[in-house]
Amino acid sequence: MPDTLLPDGILTPARPDPAHVPAAPASAALARPRARRAGMAGRRFLSPLLIVLAWQAASSAGLISPQTLASPWQIGRTALALSADGTLGRNLLVSLGRAGAGFALAFAAGVVLALISGLSRLGEDVVDAPMQMLRTLPALALVPLFILWFGIGEVPKVALVALGGVFPIYLNLFKGIRSVDPKLLEMARTLRLGRRDTIRHVVLPGALPDLLVGLRLSVGISWLMLVVAEQVNASSGIGHMMMDAQDFLRTDIIMVGLLVYALLGLGSDQGVRWLERHLLRWQPPSPGYRA
Amino acid sequence: MSAPASGGMPATVLVRGLERRFGNTTVLDRLDLSVGAGEFVALLGRSGSGKTTLLRTLTGLDPVQTGEVRVPAAQAVVFQESRLLPWKRVWENVALGLEGADARGRAEVALEEVGLGHRLAAWPLTLSGGEAQRAGIARALVREPSFLMLDEPFASLDALTRLRMQDMVGALWRRHRCAVLLVTHDVDEALLLADRAVVLDKGRIRASFPIALPRPRRHADPDFARLRAALLDALDVRAVDQAA
Repeated sequence: MPDTLLPDGILTPARPDPAHVPAAPASAALARPRARRAGMAGRRFLSPLLIVLAWQAASSAGLISPQTLASPWQIGRTALALSADGTLGRNLLVSLGRAGAGFALAFAAGVVLALISGLSRLGEDVVDAPMQMLRTLPALALVPLFILWFGIGEVPKVALVALGGVFPIYLNLFKGIRSVDPKLLEMARTLRLGRRDTIRHVVLPGALPDLLVGLRLSVGISWLMLVVAEQVNASSGIGHMMMDAQDFLRTDIIMVGLLVYALLGLGSDQGVRWLERHLLRWQPPSPGYRA
Repeated sequence: MSAPASGGMPATVLVRGLERRFGNTTVLDRLDLSVGAGEFVALLGRSGSGKTTLLRTLTGLDPVQTGEVRVPAAQAVVFQESRLLPWKRVWENVALGLEGADARGRAEVALEEVGLGHRLAAWPLTLSGGEAQRAGIARALVREPSFLMLDEPFASLDALTRLRMQDMVGALWRRHRCAVLLVTHDVDEALLLADRAVVLDKGRIRASFPIALPRPRRHADPDFARLRAALLDALDVRAVDQAA
């Protein structure tokens, strides 16, 4: 059976092509990538599925107590119930509001500060040093101070998200502005472009890829900050829902909260990727990039 | 030996006693050069002869320290690398900084003229080396320069593309009749295109050769070969060959 000659023996029966198989491995290699990608996608989902099945089996058999970890089935039912009675939606909106407001502040402040320090030497002297010092502070360690300053309302939560998210935006945009190709800047001078037009047509678009890198990091950090902020003195939000559930040993609700956080992170990351594809469509697609 | 003024033509570009030093190194040494209106001058010289510095001074990228430089305001440069903005489509690159009505229309006409009418909306990173260089030339021509500088514009192209581009530049020059300064280290290129070849050495114009060959020029022409030998001599190529 010539099938066994191929390294990917599992895949070949799907497309039985006697004309191809006896030929040299070269032609098989040409035909392979598509089948292989489909097969790999399937394979990648296989092991998580097996883990969930084993988890469910262990829960059903009583090997895992629901107070340690709820079963996948139970988590699904709780998720539906929480959605049906509006608990999940209400808390999700609160969390989204905090993350959105904090991230918007981080983005605005990061962009403005990076423009100031990126576009002028004076601005760099004034802005960059304090930013470089502040960024070494672990933002999460500021929670006690923020509570003293802002109380336990919405302000410290939004401020924490903003503080965590501002640095990746600032640092990456600053670097992007400063590393614009000097040859392009010279070209702009020979075209007699003014400072304004040079910034608009050359510097800012040139810094955009770096800004998007910063954006992606910033979005990730914003969620992390939100999680911490919501587990400290919150009376609403996904984090609060989870802390509440802890008091009643409801691991199913805690797991639903975790899932929601994961989905939020995944969704926002996909959003940034979409933005990248759209805004950087002038870049040739890099081989091996998988969105 | 200083550069003889090009006979009778009004000078578009005039350089007198230009000096440029970096520390103790003299890069341009009391250099004189003039380019007449509509004259095509090739500037030859080995690496380190001061070609780049002279060109940067003429474009205004480098300041004039000592001496006098007169260049027209309507000038344009084509660089060795096309230096297109990768985030702007080809026509947007050509139209960049254009003033007046219908910048896009003028950019498109210029692109048609260099044979890029079919790539108007392409992204620069998808262009071949020759196409990118054509776009760079269109970006210069659309400004209707009376003085065009070409900084080794074909140096990074393959041999066949280079020949085609040289033809194209010759044709464009005959149509637009602007003064041209072509910086090159390719003697054949200078002989194919220029009215005059000047050799820069140690920051001074060391020799100036009028090229009175009829156009279109052929490598096989015996006068071509004679001028070629003379130019190579001026560039010290023979001497180096014998020493080696």
